[in-house]
Amino acid sequence: MEHIDSIQPNDTLDRKLAIKQGIVSGFPIFLGYLPIAIAYGVLAKESGLSTLETTMMSVLVFAGAAQFMAAGMFAAGAMFFEIVIATFVLNFRHFIMSMSFMNVGKRFPLKWKFPLSLGLTDETFAVSSLNKDQAQYKNGTYFYLSLILIAYIGWIFGSLAGALLGDVLPQALSESMGIALYAMFIGLLVPSVKKEWRIGIIAIFSMMLNFILMELANLSQGWSIVLATIIGSFLGIFLLKEDDES
Amino acid sequence: MIMLTIIGMAIVTAVPRFLPAFFMKESTFKPWVSRWLNAIPFAALGALIFPGIMTVINDRPFVGIVGGIVAAIIALTNINVIFAVIGSIVTVYLLTM
Repeated sequence: MEHIDSIQPNDTLDRKLAIKQGIVSGFPIFLGYLPIAIAYGVLAKESGLSTLETTMMSVLVFAGAAQFMAAGMFAAGAMFFEIVIATFVLNFRHFIMSMSFMNVGKRFPLKWKFPLSLGLTDETFAVSSLNKDQAQYKNGTYFYLSLILIAYIGWIFGSLAGALLGDVLPQALSESMGIALYAMFIGLLVPSVKKEWRIGIIAIFSMMLNFILMELANLSQGWSIVLATIIGSFLGIFLLKEDDES
Repeated sequence: MIMLTIIGMAIVTAVPRFLPAFFMKESTFKPWVSRWLNAIPFAALGALIFPGIMTVINDRPFVGIVGGIVAAIIALTNINVIFAVIGSIVTVYLLTM
């Protein structure tokens, strides 16, 4: 990653500091991923995947919900196309998230945008979106990269641990840790709502929409989240001010 | 065959992730497009939280809800998000003991 243009002296964000901030911001994701990745590793092994296959899925796919689904489908004897199509549907929300993130990092060169986009999960996207300031600096790329990498390492490491060691956490604890990522989403949302109540309207509308689409219209989880996100965010056109960076 | 399926999953996951890197150009968007894109994280967070949070403990939706409320109260104090995570884990642990 040694490029002339990234080591110019007039940067206002030091690269080392950017990396440090990225690790600090990404650490809650790392912690939240561990128990879930371990649970995935255990389930995938029980579904008949080898340790290598279990870990490679985390390396290549890096999408929690889809990996759980795939493990379940492998166990049920599903075939290539069923699993791949279901994965596409479940992960399509990242397309919408990536559009939003690319608007934040629009000053970044493509050689950065491309690898960063591959690391977008629900969690890395949410944390990145709430740390937009770093995108104004050239070295902000290192902030997002280290944020993504620490989450990625947690995900891969946890999957491997689950595959090799089985359920290393006590049952009651790993069950309780299922709330971790939800709590993180809430912990990210609440301070923004405190600053701008209209953001709360958008989030609650999207929650209700998702509930209706999933429970009443019986839509799959993948399409339901995509539709709720798109329609819910359209409210922002009317509710948010243009420079709303909260 | 499993490895091939995993590679297929990787491709259909990666392509939607990276496509916007190529077509979202630096040119500034119309203000309303910008407002829409800025609202996406909050709409996504809403959809990711609910109703999924009710499934944290099977058949006990209120355990997840209470854990979420504890996380929200902790988050109101503007301390690091990690404390909301820890507080909610402890809450769920105590409720399911």
